[in-house]
Amino acid sequence: MGVRMKGTTRTSSPVLALHSVLVFAFLYLPIGVLMVYSFNGIGVGSFPPRQLTFDWYRLLFRDGAIWDSVWNSAKVALVAVLLSLLLGVPAALAIDRAKIPGIGIFRRLVLLPLILPGIITGLSLLMLFVAAAMKLSLLTVALGHGTALIAVATTEVYAGVVKLDRRQEEASLDLGANDWQTFWRITLPNLKLSIIGAALLVFTLSMDEIAVTFFLVGRENTLPLEIWSRLRRGMTPEINAISTIIFLFSLATIVVWYRLRMRGETALESAL
Amino acid sequence: MYTRSYRAAVTLPPVLWVSLFLLLAYALLLIYSFWSVQNGFIVHAWSLDSYRRLVGNPEYLGVLLRSMRIAAFVTVAALVLGYPLAYYLSFYSRHKRLLYQIVIVPLWVSYLVRAYAWKTILGTDGVLNTLLQALHLTSRPVSALLYSPWAVWITLTHIYTPFAFLPIYAALEHIPRSLVEASQDLGASPGQTFWRVIVPLSAPGIVAGATFAFVLSLGDFLAPLLVGGPNGIMISNIVVSLFGAAYDWPMGAAISVGMLLLVLGLLFATERLEKKWAYV
Repeated sequence: MGVRMKGTTRTSSPVLALHSVLVFAFLYLPIGVLMVYSFNGIGVGSFPPRQLTFDWYRLLFRDGAIWDSVWNSAKVALVAVLLSLLLGVPAALAIDRAKIPGIGIFRRLVLLPLILPGIITGLSLLMLFVAAAMKLSLLTVALGHGTALIAVATTEVYAGVVKLDRRQEEASLDLGANDWQTFWRITLPNLKLSIIGAALLVFTLSMDEIAVTFFLVGRENTLPLEIWSRLRRGMTPEINAISTIIFLFSLATIVVWYRLRMRGETALESAL
Repeated sequence: MYTRSYRAAVTLPPVLWVSLFLLLAYALLLIYSFWSVQNGFIVHAWSLDSYRRLVGNPEYLGVLLRSMRIAAFVTVAALVLGYPLAYYLSFYSRHKRLLYQIVIVPLWVSYLVRAYAWKTILGTDGVLNTLLQALHLTSRPVSALLYSPWAVWITLTHIYTPFAFLPIYAALEHIPRSLVEASQDLGASPGQTFWRVIVPLSAPGIVAGATFAFVLSLGDFLAPLLVGGPNGIMISNIVVSLFGAAYDWPMGAAISVGMLLLVLGLLFATERLEKKWAYV
């Protein structure tokens, strides 16, 4: 690959390189500002930051309401992961192999929550829960997240299904295993990486979801809504502190996921 | 190859769930839009009342037009920032996998928190204003930075540039390098190769990226609330207020149906465009 690329990978372009540096600066400026001001003794804003302190982190760790909301978000995200995988894995298989009319429509319908503005999906679900006389709570939020994120689970797993080595499944069926044995022993293990990737993605998206949550939340807040309600009352560096922690946490997740995938790919390459 | 029971088992649960929780939910939205409100109660009788009020209300139409204008500006900015970046990564960079990840990472930082960070940067006693004053570029804080459509534009551009970048990068990566070589071997200048080979071949990616940026920023409701001020309100904010204090669900549903049709129409058009411009 490297040899073939040599002729076309041009040596350098200072203008494009500068442009890229500026775009990266633009993308990272708010994140940098956010992290720096989590250590700022005299609150948010004002340049340069002064009186560096860990006070906001200390305040944060004693803040029961924030940690309750973190726990609520984690519970919601876990249910959303389970729900979206329980429905997304079969959906990906159905799109690939159930040759029934209307599967194309189903595929588009599943993807709608990703494409439509979040508030449309949120208030449609609100109307559904109102019609069913369900009380708004973390359960309705979890059902909403799970439903909206089937799209993500299906897309991720489907990408894995397309890359499956069909011969393994065919061999299993030919050698006398039935559909279900083949599913549990061949299909599912081979999709492991896609499923883990989908789970991580759904979990993170659910932890950060606002538009749908906004309409479906009851008395107990999720983390983004807790942050939202505090932002409305005014800025506090405590929000910067929790955001910095979440950022580092997400970064760690990405690194883990990246290494998992790299390992998966090298395993695949050596198997070929 | 697969038995009927296997196919039923993988098809039925997701189809039933999605029919109940998505199809029915979206259908309810449509139904609500044909109901009306009288004396603070929702009247369950068919009427075109909401749509009539929607078309007759210049405020709603004005905000819708402003939202589309902001979304269009965000789309242009996201393409101007995203395309050269994707081009650089795909054709010049030796560390493209790493740099690709670096573009993605900000997506993992809470959307809300990044929008709020822009408030910190643009505010009256925020980072940018104190910096400008410290450099004696201005004597008083520039209050127009925050609470304006421009603040919404900057914030949304920041948030949706990676979404425009992703499909463009994917399209550029799929261009067979042999075509680029052929163009160079046949005597085209780098500029000609770029404009007549690379740009047309990446057109489906541009269309997909532009669609993402436009649709996502059109429906945004948090950035306007955080940094927009009264002049930066967008259409989703009106929907949210109709579902909250105003308690006019049918009207909110009617506006949502309008947005839905707009978005679906746009997706339909861009999908055809992507197919038409795909070279395979």
